[in-house]
Amino acid sequence: MARLGFGRGQLRDDRLPPGQYDTGSSFPVLTAEVSPKLTAQNWSFRVDGLVEKARTWDWQAAHKLAASGYEGDIHCVTSWSKLGTSFSGASLDTFLAEAGVLPQATHVVAWSHTGYTTNLPLAEVTGGRAWVVWEHEGKPLPPEHGGPARLLVPRLYFWKSAKWIGGVRLLDHDEPGFWEQRGYHELGDPWLEQRYAGD
Amino acid sequence: MHDETATARTFRMRILGAGAVDRHVPGQHYDVRLTAPDGSTAQRSYSIASEPTDGREVELTVERIEDGEVSPYLHDEIAVGDQVELRGPFGGWFIWAADTPALLLGGGSGVVPLMAMRRYWHSTGGATPLRVLVSVRRPEDLYYQGEWGTETTVIHTRQAPSGDPRTPGRLTAADLEPLLAALPEPVAYICGSAGFTEHASQLVVSLGLPAPNVRIERFGPG
Ligand SMILES: Cc1cc2nc3c(=O)[nH]c(=O)nc-3n(C[C@H](O)[C@H](O)[C@H](O)COP(=O)(O)OP(=O)(O)OC[C@H]3O[C@@H](n4cnc5c(N)ncnc54)[C@H](O)[C@@H]3O)c2cc1C
Repeated sequence: MARLGFGRGQLRDDRLPPGQYDTGSSFPVLTAEVSPKLTAQNWSFRVDGLVEKARTWDWQAAHKLAASGYEGDIHCVTSWSKLGTSFSGASLDTFLAEAGVLPQATHVVAWSHTGYTTNLPLAEVTGGRAWVVWEHEGKPLPPEHGGPARLLVPRLYFWKSAKWIGGVRLLDHDEPGFWEQRGYHELGDPWLEQRYAGD
Repeated sequence: MHDETATARTFRMRILGAGAVDRHVPGQHYDVRLTAPDGSTAQRSYSIASEPTDGREVELTVERIEDGEVSPYLHDEIAVGDQVELRGPFGGWFIWAADTPALLLGGGSGVVPLMAMRRYWHSTGGATPLRVLVSVRRPEDLYYQGEWGTETTVIHTRQAPSGDPRTPGRLTAADLEPLLAALPEPVAYICGSAGFTEHASQLVVSLGLPAPNVRIERFGPG
């Protein structure tokens, strides 16, 4: 092994999961797709699959739901973490409650207006763990960060927080999404460093 | 090890470990993982520059980010014969096996996976329609000098070589039009900083390439 003296000699923040670094005030952009020309006018969010009644919200309807936000840290699988940031929108719990989740539902697939998908266990996106957000640090979410609205699941690596969110479908089984079909971990817990399948 | 430019170095690595061989598809990357004596780790992704071979060696090219944690360490502390922990190869989206017409657009260290694609294309006969565009600040910033062929256009954003009719500046539609015109239904692979990939991807879409035919890999901020 080469001599290991890397690092900037500063104390490691205990909010950082293993292998991650603090990006400070910057917010790196990471997408595999072209940012779509999506505006508040043509954005919508749909909940369907194993629900009592499939529902779609447009921009106005989504903004009438109880406001809810997140303050804390986010972690990207490419090794950056952003500490102490904030997002606001509405809790995914609120959308799911209005559609009525059926008892046999165990997983969701979140999909974007671009066609991107990502899968999540239902338990990871309920009970105050997931949001649909349209503001970042008090300003409208910019398109390159998923605006007008993205999913936010801050407990998991950020590829689960689908940009340009179009909806979630409730399923009774797990269905690998875009990255999950391409070698990334099905859950993606940063504290367990679940980056790639098999981690 | 050899230097590509004043700030980029290529590392040729032998794959060690029982039964371990490299079986990558051009465009994939390895994660380099460093562990400090106190057990803390740092991990970064580096694209594979070499084409798939017998699987015993791979090349990575690393741009030195001055205030970075990992890249200066690799430049300053790694000597020939040292061992480095690699995981991979990873990536199942930004990959090209010379099987569809392709337009490769790279800025800065974003040319690394494109070179793996270009090398593979070249050594498998170069029959698939291919155009490559490399964006550099100045002539001396070009990686892999002397290896690019007639499929490749180099554009300069700050300073062009003397005699270059193009005025230095960022990528424009005029740079891309002739390349797209030469390719039947291509897939575009765009790699580099967030700023470069966002600009280049919006340009190719504005020139009529369907968004699903655009694959992007972003290396860093700005
Ligand atoms: C899939 C993938 C493949 C990659 N392939 C390559 C490759 O082939 N060659 C290569 O050199 N890099 C590549 N990168 C980038 C690499 O993983 C690191 O991000 C980069 O080396 C910086 O790491 P660092 O630890 O030196 O700097 P960090 O400690 O991570 O960052 C230090 C500072 O530099 C900024 N910064 C980080 N990355 C960059 C960048 N790329 N350009 C400018 N500023 C930056 C940060 O915002 C921060 O302010 C790749 C990244 C990804 C996601």
